[in-house]
Amino acid sequence: MTFVKTKLHLEQLEEGDVLEILLNSGEPLENVPRTCKEQGFQVLDTVHVKDTIHRVVVKK
Amino acid sequence: MDGKNKLSIISMSGDFDKAIAVFTLASGAAAVNYEVNIFFTFWGLNIIKKNRGRSFIGKGFLARFFNFILGGRKHLPLSRLNFGGVSPVLMTGMMKRVNVATLEELFEASKALGVKFYACEMAMHVLGLKKDDFIPEVKDVLGVASFLELSKGGQTLFI
Repeated sequence: MTFVKTKLHLEQLEEGDVLEILLNSGEPLENVPRTCKEQGFQVLDTVHVKDTIHRVVVKK
Repeated sequence: MDGKNKLSIISMSGDFDKAIAVFTLASGAAAVNYEVNIFFTFWGLNIIKKNRGRSFIGKGFLARFFNFILGGRKHLPLSRLNFGGVSPVLMTGMMKRVNVATLEELFEASKALGVKFYACEMAMHVLGLKKDDFIPEVKDVLGVASFLELSKGGQTLFI
């Protein structure tokens, strides 16, 4: 579901725009960056914020 | 479209939990560019009714009776342990608490991602329903032959 929401937000953006995603470790952290790359988006950064929360920065 | 993955789902059960499975699969597949079709039949038709609550739609007394009792998306029962209809409400609360998408969110996401909705002609005929009784996103009313044709070359699931 995290990637579904990510995809919905990305569809609203223009090419070259950047999206910041806050997600949990575990399945979302493993799935979202990989799927973004597979779908042709650029993963700029992945940062551990605190506890289980990570920030992933993706460019369309 | 050559090489595009395709997923077709037959949504028959109309249960709350199974509907969640339908839209999780549909939105997840659509998010990674699958072509997704959902064929709603029998109990599944309740999921796509325009009116989320209960209403006396249908042709004939029995049809109207059944459609009223069944209702729309607000009244989908849990497939087990429904507890008179309180379980879906409890489950939705549980899902919100751990930040899992609810049925409505998955349903909206599926629509937003271009999942194609179809209604079963046979079931509609039995329950006396018309295309206008369903949400506008329902692309077409189909029979088995047409559904088999459009699901050709992809995976089909029965939920």
